[in-house]
Amino acid sequence: MAVSDAKTLFEKVWAEHVVVPETADTPAVLYIDLHLIHEVTTPQAFALLRERRLAVRRPDLTLATMDHSTPTTPVSSFRDLAVVGEGAANQIRQMEENCREFGIELYGFGSEQRGIVHVIGPELGASQPGKTIVCGDSHTSTHGAFGALAFGIGTTEVGHVLATQCLLQRKPKSLAVDVGGRLPAGVTAKDVILAIIGRIGVDGGTGHVIEYRGEAIRALDMEGRMTICNMSIEAGARAGLIGPDETTFEYLAGRPRVPRADAWDAAVRRWRALCSDEDARFDRTVSIDATTLQPMVTFGTNPGMVVGVNDPVPEAHDASFRKALDYMKVTPGKPMSENRVDVVFVGSCTNGRLSDLKEAAGILAGRKVADGVRMLVVPGSQQVKRRAEELGLHRIFTEAGAEWRESGCSMCLGMNGDTVASGQLSVSTSNRNFEGRQGIGARTVLASPATAAASAVLGRVADPRKLT
Amino acid sequence: MDSLTALKSRTVVLPIRDIDTDQIIPARFLTTTTRDGLGAALFHDLRYDQDGGQRRDFPLNDPANRDCAILVAGNNFGCGSSREHAPWALLDYGIRAVIATEFADIFRNNSLKNGLLPIIVDAVTHAWLVANPGVELHVDVLASQLTLPGGRVVDYPIDAFARYCLTQGIDQLGYLRQQADAIAKFEEARPWKP
Ligand code: SF4
Repeated sequence: MAVSDAKTLFEKVWAEHVVVPETADTPAVLYIDLHLIHEVTTPQAFALLRERRLAVRRPDLTLATMDHSTPTTPVSSFRDLAVVGEGAANQIRQMEENCREFGIELYGFGSEQRGIVHVIGPELGASQPGKTIVCGDSHTSTHGAFGALAFGIGTTEVGHVLATQCLLQRKPKSLAVDVGGRLPAGVTAKDVILAIIGRIGVDGGTGHVIEYRGEAIRALDMEGRMTICNMSIEAGARAGLIGPDETTFEYLAGRPRVPRADAWDAAVRRWRALCSDEDARFDRTVSIDATTLQPMVTFGTNPGMVVGVNDPVPEAHDASFRKALDYMKVTPGKPMSENRVDVVFVGSCTNGRLSDLKEAAGILAGRKVADGVRMLVVPGSQQVKRRAEELGLHRIFTEAGAEWRESGCSMCLGMNGDTVASGQLSVSTSNRNFEGRQGIGARTVLASPATAAASAVLGRVADPRKLT
Repeated sequence: MDSLTALKSRTVVLPIRDIDTDQIIPARFLTTTTRDGLGAALFHDLRYDQDGGQRRDFPLNDPANRDCAILVAGNNFGCGSSREHAPWALLDYGIRAVIATEFADIFRNNSLKNGLLPIIVDAVTHAWLVANPGVELHVDVLASQLTLPGGRVVDYPIDAFARYCLTQGIDQLGYLRQQADAIAKFEEARPWKP
């Protein structure tokens, strides 16, 4: 094959979806295969459709759920929902109305399949290799774990996709992140992605689509790969993806929305070609040695401010950095394990899947959450919740003293009433440690489920390898 | 969308890196179903203390800066969540352009679709703007140029199509809908169906 013909995985998926090529004057028209929608970023888009008397072009390629502003407190009936405030209740009502009026299938209250949009897409088998997937949510990059081109969009663009099933896009650049070698015991996918963001920075991926490659990535199961791709946006990237392989096909086989019988075999044949060609050129490449990684925690107010759990917090080198350390009340030169913990949150689209809950339960089994620590475990979907309960994980959590909740985004962004109080330190398996993200004045430390669980037990930010 | 061809305003400076969209508008203000009135929540937790009092040291709280339509911010402005509420809040407050050395991709896209102009400048120009808050700038959107006091002209990059839409006040859905035939043909002809 001539060098010039070699394509990256991203270029292959992109090329398959160009309806009208880009020119110097106009962006490409890019076809979207799957549009995920939720209650927070869509009402204004539906309002526009109504205003212009437009239909949804492909309701069959649109999948809706409610996750962001929904309560996670246990309920005996959906009538009793303790929705926080009239605003959230109105949003939920409008979502139901919009889906009904425009003929979109909604995994709403009462649906066994409801959950965080980035958890249920894969669960349903809707997220597949080679698809273009968008959602009015920046963590849409999660679905890139399947070898899809998946990225977040704004509400105006949600309107564009609803009306035309297309987007106007300039082709991003490509960045290869190669994670070679094997991960040491006790180091997880979350630690890998935190280390990557720490290395390239929160704007290191701006304008790029990242392809994660290398032995350590190949060795991950699908849930670990989703954790990695999920946080591509935290490195500023447009999207993140991983070439599909047997692990991918095995995960998808038999799920509700995948092709059946002969069509499945044909799909797998097509998917096998979805890899970067050997001579394909990336605009940039970064290499990371997996064998040197350890459990990672953030110490500042963005996900790039990250250190090994036993390493000292770096000295401030400028005003923005100092502002972050002041906000977090952490001491440079001391490891994060010096800090006492008030709240532990296990959940979110980054780490709210079954393997994450197992990882946390593995640490908590036979142990107690330390006095004075509040621990919340929020499954990523109702299906994750059911499976966890079948395995008895919920009992491990509640016996340890943690709260076991209904699924939703919950304390990841604290808009449903699940918040961290001002000044409290939270060890969270979510993806953003921005100022106030989990509540006004909340101080967030991002970590893996194992590190979060160990921190709950020891009452301070802790290395989970001490408890295994 | 209102067209924007030129802009003349003093600057208000927020010299912090990586201002994320959670800081531009915190999540608890996202339970709205319209785009109106979000200016009141702009930079809420930076502007107000926990008792609702204005923080004196926050530049937007200085009455002298109330009419500034150009915000100078640090690198990587608008990172994080894809919420379009961020540009809506800035516009509703009265900001029409933001200057930084770099913007997060989704924020930049969202801004351009709403008539908010993201202006990328080099580090030297940026450092000068940060060191000289409140100067009056002139932005020629048609020419993609910024004129500093004293007459120095700085070119800034902007996608040609985005500039066309911005200066004409065209929203891109109309353009996209004109591609209906091409879209239908694409759906017909593709070798596999999603
Ligand atoms: S869990 Fe957090 S990051 Fe994920 S979709 Fe919900 S709010 Fe966004």
